[in-house]
Amino acid sequence: MATATVTKKPRSTRSTIALKLLMAVTGLVFIGYVLLHMYGNLKAFGGQESFDAYAEHLRTIGEPLLPYSGLLWVIRVVLLVSLVLHVYAAYTLWARAGKARTTKYAVTKRVNSTWSSKTMRWGGTALLLFIVFHILHFTLRVVTPGGDSDSPYERLVGSFQIWWVAAIYLLAMAALAMHLRHGTWSAAQTLGLTNTASARRNANLAGYLLAVVIAGGYSLIPVFVLAGVIS
Amino acid sequence: MNLTLKIWRQQNPSDKGGLKTYEVADISEDMSFLEMLDSLNEQLNEIGEEPVAFDHDCREGICGSCALMINGQAHGPEVTTTCQLHMRSFSDGQTITIEPWRADAFPVVKDLVTDRSAFDRIIQAGGYISANTGSAPEANSVPAPREKATRAFNVATCIGCGACVAACPNGSASLFLGAKITHLGELPQGQPERDSRVASMVAQHDAEGFGGCTNIGECTAACPKEIPLDVISQLNKDLRTAIRHGH
Repeated sequence: MATATVTKKPRSTRSTIALKLLMAVTGLVFIGYVLLHMYGNLKAFGGQESFDAYAEHLRTIGEPLLPYSGLLWVIRVVLLVSLVLHVYAAYTLWARAGKARTTKYAVTKRVNSTWSSKTMRWGGTALLLFIVFHILHFTLRVVTPGGDSDSPYERLVGSFQIWWVAAIYLLAMAALAMHLRHGTWSAAQTLGLTNTASARRNANLAGYLLAVVIAGGYSLIPVFVLAGVIS
Repeated sequence: MNLTLKIWRQQNPSDKGGLKTYEVADISEDMSFLEMLDSLNEQLNEIGEEPVAFDHDCREGICGSCALMINGQAHGPEVTTTCQLHMRSFSDGQTITIEPWRADAFPVVKDLVTDRSAFDRIIQAGGYISANTGSAPEANSVPAPREKATRAFNVATCIGCGACVAACPNGSASLFLGAKITHLGELPQGQPERDSRVASMVAQHDAEGFGGCTNIGECTAACPKEIPLDVISQLNKDLRTAIRHGH
């Protein structure tokens, strides 16, 4: 049996593990961002003035050193680059996994997979579609089911008063919770931070905690708008 | 026990292959799974049908040859190798589906036999330490901390059976790789080649066509030697360090 090994060794930065590292690091960028974004959203509980002032402050922050909306654009560029890399790595690895087993088993029995780990790829794709919708809705204001007021607060409340808009956002938060649950643990493992049983337990706990806090925190707003508390 | 077996039959690597159904009767629950297959093959010999080809060697759970996917689980329902699996783990009248490992890096040779030399090539790429032969050095001159030595020993129990690849939804060999990387990386003798080892072995792993790891953990559940998932974390950490050192 031939046992030749690869003679010209590709660099480690081109390996599957490097792609995973890229996913882990960009994933951490997203975790940081969704935490900050959620904090801003919760300003909706402070009323229209508080919410709109926060939205305006995001544009004037850093002035006069930064131009108007300067910091926002820095964040947007970082997020866009992270998203492109995260999605590129995900679909490359997905395609690779497909090629690694072209003949499927007649019988399979998963014994150790969590539900969230099984939904990473399709759930991630759903989140990607949601992000496109979300930007068209609140940022670019191309899709305006809740009216196109210049007050971010009025756009927010107007949108979530429509049941199907609230439903889309709540479903997306369920998908985000699943993605964060496995993603946090997986990122810790990929970054090589889970070398002991207690570190593994902590990484899993962090996954559950972030999933509940982030998805739960975002969901409060459409739920309270539907309930009529925020109006 | 009477059983219905659905077994993957494939004449040669280029044959399409398919599942074929067999009935076996009077199987003792004290038989090992391989003895049950032996008895099926005796039966097939008597009627002039070609016996089912399957890999086996030591039959005591240490060689890693008996690679069978049994009802969708690598090595069947118990945490052990197929040769150490007994028929008492099954019930009378049960239908058992037996398939070869499925991974394009492990092509089927015949029936249930796969070519797992991809693992040999991964080991050849870096799963060793370079040492001068001749008289052995004084053992106590190279102290190994007890914790590290224990971890190295625990993961050195990997027998390279390929159950991790068979169970992985991505067809990744990360648990096998991680076991070897951790085994040599924890010991003082493994330090000089630590970076080049992980870089070469990962490059070989990828070149063989194995998939990437998604940290699901099916591998560790299927592993007959119970290699823990933290070896994959160690593997990732070592590769990250090697990249930083210019590999």
